[in-house]
Amino acid sequence: MIRKYGIKQLSIFLENRKGRLLEVTEALKDASINIRALALAESAEFGILRLVVNNPEKARSVLSSSGFTLKEQDVFAVEVPDEPGGFYNVVRILTENDINVDYTYAFVGGGKKAVLIFKVPSEMVEKALDVLSQGGITLVEPMFFYD
Amino acid sequence: MWNPIEGAPREELEKLQAKRLRDTVERVYHLVPFYKKKFDELGIKPAHINSVNDLKNLPFTTKQDLRDHYPFGLFTVPMDQVVRIHSSSGTTGKPTVVGYTRHDMGVWKEVMARTMSMMNVGPGDVVHNAYGYGLFTGGLGFHYGAEEVGAAVVPSSGGFTKRQLLLMKDFGATVLCSTPSFALHLAEVAKDEGYDLKKDFKIRAGFFGAEPASEGLRSALRDAWGLVYIEAYGLSEIIGPGVASGCPYGNLHVFEDHFIPEVIDTETGEVLPDGQEGELVFTTVTKQALPIIRYRTKDITVLHREPCECGRTITVMESVKGRADDMLIVNGVNVFPSQVEHVLTKLEGITPNYVIVLDKKGVLDKLEVWVEVDDRTFADGIGALETLKTRLQQEMLNDLYINVRVKLVEPKTLERSMGKAKRIIDKREAEGLKS
Ligand SMILES: [Zn+2]
Repeated sequence: MIRKYGIKQLSIFLENRKGRLLEVTEALKDASINIRALALAESAEFGILRLVVNNPEKARSVLSSSGFTLKEQDVFAVEVPDEPGGFYNVVRILTENDINVDYTYAFVGGGKKAVLIFKVPSEMVEKALDVLSQGGITLVEPMFFYD
Repeated sequence: MWNPIEGAPREELEKLQAKRLRDTVERVYHLVPFYKKKFDELGIKPAHINSVNDLKNLPFTTKQDLRDHYPFGLFTVPMDQVVRIHSSSGTTGKPTVVGYTRHDMGVWKEVMARTMSMMNVGPGDVVHNAYGYGLFTGGLGFHYGAEEVGAAVVPSSGGFTKRQLLLMKDFGATVLCSTPSFALHLAEVAKDEGYDLKKDFKIRAGFFGAEPASEGLRSALRDAWGLVYIEAYGLSEIIGPGVASGCPYGNLHVFEDHFIPEVIDTETGEVLPDGQEGELVFTTVTKQALPIIRYRTKDITVLHREPCECGRTITVMESVKGRADDMLIVNGVNVFPSQVEHVLTKLEGITPNYVIVLDKKGVLDKLEVWVEVDDRTFADGIGALETLKTRLQQEMLNDLYINVRVKLVEPKTLERSMGKAKRIIDKREAEGLKS
């Protein structure tokens, strides 16, 4: 399942400094990389920018050579109806199966669908994918994000 | 004990030192214009030097003196007697150059054999030498020592961690010579590769030097490899590794029949009594190519002259606490950047880039350590990063006895905001100048 549904997310360490976010996005723009989903987590001093892009390998090398600290992280994505209870169903299945969610973020896809991205502890990924698929949740293949 | 002199009565040792010192003083006075000039300025003739006690009247030699006489200006032999030249890379200014005659190489082998003998290394032992071979004296110094005692040397030098582990296992290495940080790196990679360190390897002793190591790092190495930790101390200006060596009782013995140690007040230059902390100074008394009178190492330590349980009577020096140049005084507490570095290394097993920022908050000094988060230390979670920061602050308080504020920064921030390779920013001085 991981092989089929694992998505490479890039996590980037950022100081809370003016213009830093601009520099990341500019570097990606200059390399013609499209950001498909993103989330920003922050503390008082620093933040972590999480990105799913159309070409993770290229993005990684572009950002690395621009001097950013980054980590490639395995996440997965599910597609739910864009209506009340869509997110709830996914979280319920994970909780019932004792799978802790490290973080999640969402974006509204085309039509009446929303796409949710999940990070769970690495040893739990396989199980999460199993129970979600058995629970009737649509898993999203990486091709949806990549070129 | 490789040589009985290491455990000889002190009077016998001091008699030998006095004789050798007189010879060395004669030698440099007559053969090196630099020394003759300095002696003459102080009104000192070689005949005035009769005992080790007279050493304190002689002038100091500094690293700058070596640089000023680059490359061979302080050598006392013609170049056709020099059989080896080593050099330290000069990050600021010219490199320092050291030379050895065949006799000097013999001295070096002798003291390195003594080092190896601290753990009875000899025939049957396989010595895995991961110090860098080249202009740096570490690699070849340990190489000669291991050969001298009859062990089998594997001259692996640095790098290629996985291959090194394979050779250590397959060749049955019993002794590891490396920097402490590389030994920890080896242990970590070995674990990642699925080795069982104590079952797959037979390392019984480790000779660690060339960089400071905290007690935390030492015990981590003992635990990981199941080895006896032997500290190796040396500097190329004196001979390379082999100036002093740890014994199994954890005391660092100075081979003072070759290199006479003193500890001085770094400000006044006055000799301090045993037990007092100050700058370590060495006078070589058996070297030919480049004898050095009262060389200021800038290393801060304490000397003790009580006999050790291992049977040696030669002077014990404490592990170097820091560099005289680097000492900072923060709210009355002495702090060395090396202590900060120890904490960083201890937690992550690698030394991240960091900078120490000193400032005033009202009347109090405020110390911040900015640590670069790189791909190796970056955990993808705000909580994990906050925990790292808190742990670092706690460890600094434990080790340095002062409150330190740790700030996690992006790579190259430090260079960008402070200029290259500057480790310490003392804003207290700048403000003092303004007012
Ligand atoms: Zn001892």
